[in-house]
Amino acid sequence: MSIWSYANPVKFLALSIRVQPFLWTAALICLATGLIWGFFATPDDFRQGSTVKIIYLHVPAALMAINAWFMMLITSLIWLVRRHHVSALAAKAAAPVGLVMTLIALITGAIWGQPMWGTWWEWDPRLTSFLILFLFYLGYMALWEAIEDPDTAADLTSVLCLVGSVFAVLSRYAVQFWNQGLHQGTSIPVTTGARTVSDVFFVPLLICMIGFGLLFAALVLYRTGTEIRLRRIRALRARMERTL
Amino acid sequence: MIALLTRDLRLALRAGGGFGLGLAFFLIVTTLVPFSVGPHTDLLRVIAPGILWLGALLACLLSLDRLLALDYEDGTLDLLLTAPLPLEAAVSIKALAHWLTTGLPLVLAAPVLGVLLNLQPAGYGWLVVSLAFGTPALSVIGTFGAALTVGIKRGGLLLSLLVLPLYVPTLVFGAEVARRGASGLDVSTPLLMLAGITLGVIALMPFASAAVLRMGLR
Amino acid sequence: MPDLGKYAVEVVSAYGASLLLLALLLGLSLRRGQRARAELAKAEAEAADHG
Repeated sequence: MSIWSYANPVKFLALSIRVQPFLWTAALICLATGLIWGFFATPDDFRQGSTVKIIYLHVPAALMAINAWFMMLITSLIWLVRRHHVSALAAKAAAPVGLVMTLIALITGAIWGQPMWGTWWEWDPRLTSFLILFLFYLGYMALWEAIEDPDTAADLTSVLCLVGSVFAVLSRYAVQFWNQGLHQGTSIPVTTGARTVSDVFFVPLLICMIGFGLLFAALVLYRTGTEIRLRRIRALRARMERTL
Repeated sequence: MIALLTRDLRLALRAGGGFGLGLAFFLIVTTLVPFSVGPHTDLLRVIAPGILWLGALLACLLSLDRLLALDYEDGTLDLLLTAPLPLEAAVSIKALAHWLTTGLPLVLAAPVLGVLLNLQPAGYGWLVVSLAFGTPALSVIGTFGAALTVGIKRGGLLLSLLVLPLYVPTLVFGAEVARRGASGLDVSTPLLMLAGITLGVIALMPFASAAVLRMGLR
Repeated sequence: MPDLGKYAVEVVSAYGASLLLLALLLGLSLRRGQRARAELAKAEAEAADHG
């Protein structure tokens, strides 16, 4: 059995229905633990006060906002190369989730920035990149909605996703060049391993990141299932019209 | 190829082709800016390069939806699809025609409008250079957007939503060149970046546009 | 309730807004999913009738 056998919608649905209860429970447990721990049981930062608690939402949401686009990029590529419908539908299903994650990152960031930087919004490279990412999500979803034929829609949105990815990276460097910015650097550099966050904050943050990841996976599986069913309805209706 | 280019140019120059519309739009945007921010010459001088870049970008956007839509309606696109000429080349030619009829006039008109906005004397040269380097990228990226939305009725608004985020890198570096030029700073880094983006886009984007057209018209 | 100090409004509104957005996303997804299920059941039944 290779992974491609799950490109069959029936098999995919069967697997996703089997896996989903575990995913939802795990996501709920992680999110509840991480957020409650973070909200009730972590100390205040000596400079940021209690606003440090916003990190448990802001960082995981931002992480998933980027990962969602990355996932869409991969599933779009799979659709273009191997033409598995499930893959294209998964990309479609992930876009609104990514959009909401981006929105959460932007909103929590603005609320945090107000007392800390003294402004809701700053044209800082990271903030600006996220705003651009938000626009990319909007455009991607609008294109899906606008095209009648589902296969053409999948094709065009996939190409848009590829081209958009290139331009998103370009924009990232362009705005970095354009304004140096206020946003602190990453607190958890994976490559060097030198964290600047102490364990008191890091452990609940890690749990929240896992929780957001699981929530994303569960949501995308569920929404992909919905899309597969909608597509099946369409096929059935089309077949009936032909036989009538 | 040349036949296609001359055909596109001739169509654009005839009445109803939209030639000059972009220019008029550019003029109107620049005249409206002082009304919206107030007639303070100092302020206008500071924002002039940015306003001119934004105006040029929007004027480019304005004529994009007719770039392929007219050819789609009268069937020319179907002919191009089956023509011996590779679709990538045809798309490049269409982008070139769009640039010649929209981008180039904007580049030439920008200094005149710069006078209206009190642009600093040092800025004129760099403004023209940055627009000359940047507007081809706008046309080529715009062709991709037009190709994406070609089959969609009333896709104009969607086209803007898709294309504008793609314009960000070009706008950032182009306006940076114009701004630095106007204040007498060194422009070589953003200028090189701008040129790099334009060249990269010209080289690669036609493939994406042609692929999208083939999928959309299948 | 922990003592949030002078930033209580900010912290609570950040949590509130985020959870609201997530709930909204969840709700819309579930509603769409339920509808699709019901719709599919109907369509399959119709298809079975027509043979």
